[in-house]
Amino acid sequence: MLAEIGYGILVVAFVTAMYSVAAAIYGHRRRSAGAVESARRAMLLLWPLITLSAATLIYLLISNHFEVSFVYEVTSRSMPTYLKITAWWGGQAGSLVFWSWLMAAFASLVTLRKWDRDREFLPWVIVVTSVTTAFFLGLVVFFENPFARYWQTAAGDVIVSMFAPSHAAAFYPADGRGLNPLLRHPGMIIHPPMLYLGFVSFVIPYAFAMAALITGRSDDRWIRLTRRWTLWAWLFLSFGLVLGSRWAYDVLGWGGFWGWDPVEIAALMPWLTGTAFLHSVMIQEKRGLLKHWNMLLIILTYALVIFGTFLTRSGVLSSVHAFAQSAIGPAFFAFIGVTLITSIALLIHRWPELRGETELRSMLSREALFLLNNLLFMSILVVCFWGVIFPLISELVTGQKVTVGPPFYNRATAPLFASLMLLMGIAPLSAWGISAVRTLGRLLWKSAIVALLVTAALFAGYTRNVMALVGFFLVALVLSITFQEFWRAAQARMRSQGENFFSALWTLFGRDPRRYGGYIIHISMMLMAVGILGISFFQMQTQATLSVDDSISLGDYSVKYESIAQFRGPDSRQVTRAVLGVYDSQDAFVGKLYPRIDFYADAEQNMTIPGEFASLKDDLYVLLIDWRPASATGATFKVIINPLVNWLWIGSLLFLVGILIAAWPRREAASAPARARRPARADRSQPSAAD
Amino acid sequence: MITKLPGSRPGLASFTFALLLLAGLLIALPLQSVRAQEPTPTDDEVNRIARHLYCPVCENTPLDVCPTEACRQWRDLIRQQLSQGWTESRIQQYFVDQYGARVLAEPPRTGLNWLVYVLPPLFILAGVIVLFRSLRSWRAQASDESPKNEAAPSSEAPADAYVARLEDELKKRS
Repeated sequence: MLAEIGYGILVVAFVTAMYSVAAAIYGHRRRSAGAVESARRAMLLLWPLITLSAATLIYLLISNHFEVSFVYEVTSRSMPTYLKITAWWGGQAGSLVFWSWLMAAFASLVTLRKWDRDREFLPWVIVVTSVTTAFFLGLVVFFENPFARYWQTAAGDVIVSMFAPSHAAAFYPADGRGLNPLLRHPGMIIHPPMLYLGFVSFVIPYAFAMAALITGRSDDRWIRLTRRWTLWAWLFLSFGLVLGSRWAYDVLGWGGFWGWDPVEIAALMPWLTGTAFLHSVMIQEKRGLLKHWNMLLIILTYALVIFGTFLTRSGVLSSVHAFAQSAIGPAFFAFIGVTLITSIALLIHRWPELRGETELRSMLSREALFLLNNLLFMSILVVCFWGVIFPLISELVTGQKVTVGPPFYNRATAPLFASLMLLMGIAPLSAWGISAVRTLGRLLWKSAIVALLVTAALFAGYTRNVMALVGFFLVALVLSITFQEFWRAAQARMRSQGENFFSALWTLFGRDPRRYGGYIIHISMMLMAVGILGISFFQMQTQATLSVDDSISLGDYSVKYESIAQFRGPDSRQVTRAVLGVYDSQDAFVGKLYPRIDFYADAEQNMTIPGEFASLKDDLYVLLIDWRPASATGATFKVIINPLVNWLWIGSLLFLVGILIAAWPRREAASAPARARRPARADRSQPSAAD
Repeated sequence: MITKLPGSRPGLASFTFALLLLAGLLIALPLQSVRAQEPTPTDDEVNRIARHLYCPVCENTPLDVCPTEACRQWRDLIRQQLSQGWTESRIQQYFVDQYGARVLAEPPRTGLNWLVYVLPPLFILAGVIVLFRSLRSWRAQASDESPKNEAAPSSEAPADAYVARLEDELKKRS
């Protein structure tokens, strides 16, 4: 009964979304504000409807209604309640409902308050967001229905269907299959929502961009309106990627955080265009340049967002033929095709009107460097995209499956990422206007010397690996230049305003949060780069079978096998846990590690959880590979040392701080009178909830 | 001392002795080489090979980390092959022959696969060319439209100019 209600509400939501699109278009053509308002209200209705349906689904999930096939697939009696709730996005059908729920929420946020300006954008923002919501709702309603139930036919077969087939009775399984054990980890609980938040947030700037194209507005109003959305979308997407990496590191048990897996790349691609977009809208706002390019970037970001969802959801990556068998694959493909073609056609139609003001003073000017930034991001995108779809093409054309793996991606993207790091160093200097290489040299030489000294010290004491040294040189260069920028700006304020160092810094952050928040973000990226360089170039590993009281030595550590035990864990896990003692190079006791293997009987799957000993210098990472109780040979352990890897996670925390600073509203100058501040505040509240 | 038996030829005894000695040596020799054979390859040696191979049946999982029983057996196979003295390339070729090119970490450079390696650099090159041409045309337009203003102060100008510009920028953003 409840399942039918949940499904019915979704059908109503789907129809409402379609109505919203139709009313908005009609309202625009007939210049009827009433029709547009009706469309807006219909769109606002979507979120409460989907919330109701989702609440129904969650109720079914937590109350063990295993006759509903989605509930059977992702929950089981032994799962704790909070996991049953998060199972909402733990499976295909539920996650599509989740996507629609987020899309409806953000579309509502944008149009909730009455717009006083830019009303001509409204119908088209409604159209784009409602079309997207309708697409995902349509996928659920027609193809991947989380409310479908099990029925048993007279012949004894169990089939899945929404409505009762003739001569079939409802079928009630005793217990569910349970969520994939890999998904029962805290990181995995927030990783999909975070990624989806990022994906869905990028639809808003896209909607405004389309509105600008359709209405023929060639100014940058759409960028200003959606600037905060872009920033938040980028934050969520970046964090989704970081969380996914952390989860892979902690739970997947192979000692790394990024494997260039196609599913990982599917989420990276919109991040690449999103980052390029984030940077180049800065230039358009200031100089009016790059208008065509920004349109193209946001169109690509939207297409890649849908494509990313498609890649991870349609099964196309396991086999091209799996793609054709499920109806979802072709639907996604068609949607991406139609939206991409329509958007590009619109862009071409408006091409002449988007001419920018050309103020390019030199090849090293800020504009040129931002263009170079975009070129580098697009190049990485080309490598990723081609690497992901080539196996599919190969399978289609030759029938032979090939793997495009880390060697390909590392070789192709390393020089591109290195160039981006170099740009991160030069970019702050370009803010002051460089007209020649000589000027750049003058600004750069001190930092270059510092960076060379650091590199020389590493060469003397740490490594001879040329590529790693180049990487460290670039990190040192960027950090040095960025700190120098902070220093000089603070000094300048100290001299001119007599502030002390800290209040000078405070003023800088307060008056220009975007620039200085951006510098913090660049610093955080350099910290992450340190972690990535460490684990990529200097990882050590060894594997051996130990009897009790034996040790393995690796690097500065030795690890002694003390004992092992098997016991039942919560939610019906069978846990095999080893206890290891860790000793440093002086044989001093450092700590204990508890690597384990969890076996989930309901899902019939193993999880290998490492024991980790983290420090700033490195991570000692131990896996229990095998233990045969019957045999006398003992247990097999793999010991890995990942140098510097924790800087990756530290950097990502600083990244969060940097984005929060960059998104902070600007403080007015302290000298402005209170009355003057009021119009400024009113101005901020003007253009709808987009801020 | 060899007693001469009536009717026996002295050469036959020494020949037989020599034959027995030779047979003994021939038997002993393989025993020698068994003792000198390498010990069972360590897990690290197996993993060093397995790391560059991909599981033939799982999705994008390198062979050294794949936890399935099948992969364990493949790793044992690699161990056997190593103990028989196979080189890495021979082992890789064996897996490719048995399971196809998907076990390699990158497509082999044959036929259609060349596209993987060739297209991205071509695209990037095209992008660089487009970038430089648009930059140059914008510069030309800019210099046509307005007198070039090279008086933009460099940042190493006296501190006052820097302070002035910083304050200017901060004020613009308030």
